[in-house]
Amino acid sequence: MIKKGMINAVIYGFLLLLVIITLVPFYLVTVNATHSSFEIVTQLNLLPGNYLVENYEKLQQYVNIWSGFFNSLLVSVVFTLVSGYFGALVAFGFAKYEFKGKAFLFFVVLASMMIPGQVSIIGFYRLGLKIGLVNNLIAFMFPFFAPGVTSVSTIFFLRGMISQGVSGSLLEAARMEGCAEFGIFNKIVLPCIMPGVATMCIFNFVNSWNNYIGPLIMITDTKKYTMPILISLVKGIYLTNYGAMYLAVGISILAVVVVYLFCSKYIIDGLTMGAEK
Amino acid sequence: MKKKSINDRSRYGYLFILPFFISFVFLGLYPVLFTFSLSLQKWDGLAPESFVGLANFKRLLSDKIFFLSLWNTLRIWIISYIPQILAALLLSAIFTMYSVKGMKAFRAIYYLPNLITAASVGLLFNLLFNGNKSVVNNILQALQAEGAPFDFFNDPVFTSNLTSYIQWWMWFGYTTILVMAGITTIDRNLFDAAQIDGAGKGQTYRRITLPLIKPTIVYITITSIIGGMQLFDVPSTMSDGTGEPDKAILTVSMYLYNQGFKNHNYGYSAAISVGLFVVIGLMSILSLKAMKGKGGNNGD
Repeated sequence: MIKKGMINAVIYGFLLLLVIITLVPFYLVTVNATHSSFEIVTQLNLLPGNYLVENYEKLQQYVNIWSGFFNSLLVSVVFTLVSGYFGALVAFGFAKYEFKGKAFLFFVVLASMMIPGQVSIIGFYRLGLKIGLVNNLIAFMFPFFAPGVTSVSTIFFLRGMISQGVSGSLLEAARMEGCAEFGIFNKIVLPCIMPGVATMCIFNFVNSWNNYIGPLIMITDTKKYTMPILISLVKGIYLTNYGAMYLAVGISILAVVVVYLFCSKYIIDGLTMGAEK
Repeated sequence: MKKKSINDRSRYGYLFILPFFISFVFLGLYPVLFTFSLSLQKWDGLAPESFVGLANFKRLLSDKIFFLSLWNTLRIWIISYIPQILAALLLSAIFTMYSVKGMKAFRAIYYLPNLITAASVGLLFNLLFNGNKSVVNNILQALQAEGAPFDFFNDPVFTSNLTSYIQWWMWFGYTTILVMAGITTIDRNLFDAAQIDGAGKGQTYRRITLPLIKPTIVYITITSIIGGMQLFDVPSTMSDGTGEPDKAILTVSMYLYNQGFKNHNYGYSAAISVGLFVVIGLMSILSLKAMKGKGGNNGD
């Protein structure tokens, strides 16, 4: 009995230690974003301060952080919707239709996931110059392969879901009713797999939101900077204005933390299901 | 009649998968082939490209900085990957063998750093450690640590290991979730049988769980190699894109970015990309073979 208690104490102690290690950086952002730069360099701050508003005003003096926020939001929302919709459509094509070369074509989908993104960056930039995608946020709204992010796993994941979850007889019944193939997808298949689409959309949104190298090579117009680009420039702009810089970091991670607070269950279930296949 | 309707429908199959292939050819394949062709050219971003044959690759093979960046990337990856997989194995063992209260909450918390913008994480750790008056130095001085304050970012070994630590911090929760997913696919009867045979928890884990989750481990390792060898965001924003001190955290991706977009040697930058592509391919094949071979020896 005592031995069991000891084991439990060790286990929970270890798990809590890892929780602290995980959360300390987040806590330090909160603490330092609410203290003045003078307080940050002259004293040890362990509790949040009351300098948030001043830090925010300083931050807004030089950089409009919300412009980056809006650009990131625009790019990520469009990329997510487009990838989610077409990902489901392609998955449906692979899951429920028979056609020549299907196995090979699906292999191409899988193989495309293995291409390291960094290898296409230079080529993408060259292509972007030719067709006017440099300094154009549209470059990041294409389905599946935007510079710096891919969403090919959406197809793989949803194909499994449609194969298992959408029965052939349901589709046949719809055909009997005179429903066209494209209508079947929009009216029957898509609603059926909505939870899976939503899960993949969360991942695609987060990946697109966090994309740094893509905008870094494609965007030089300051008005079109996305959040990660602004963040990477903050240090050169604010120099010793630590409070404002911590606040910038805080704002950049806030959106994802809020999304995670509400969707962590879907995110982890999605990861788990993806791995089981 | 029936055959015709199937043929009819196969058209829709092609039609529905078309969006992927349009996107793949123009945005996936074409840029890669473009990179390959650019690696045989000289291009400064303005003047037209000129064909230079294998000159870029000759330069690459004698470029000490390229090999240094390769070694940096590999070292940062290994030092973050080994503790990552060990933590994941340990945590998944705890979570699946003991009924831990709040297991899902623990797991959700551990995964959180993986979702945060890596560029922000790099800047954050720069702010926390950089300078005599940094937050970490203030903490160390309050604890009266010997030698504090430290000039952390003047120490190549420390900076490299800090990068590995950040990568570990960002990825151990993710790896744990994948290992646990692998464990849940194992037939429960095997565990019951082991228990009846009197096997202890540790023994069951070593003899049954570990061998059976090998495919998951292989998957995690290969995706981790592909991601880890392309490491860019954290070391870049942590060192203002320089990879300093002593180029200790200059990764291959940072080097190719600097060669292309800072020095405007796009052809050479493309050659570095091709070099990285080859290295990642070789490492993936080697680790796949190594782990498959090991599986053959241990297999029953």
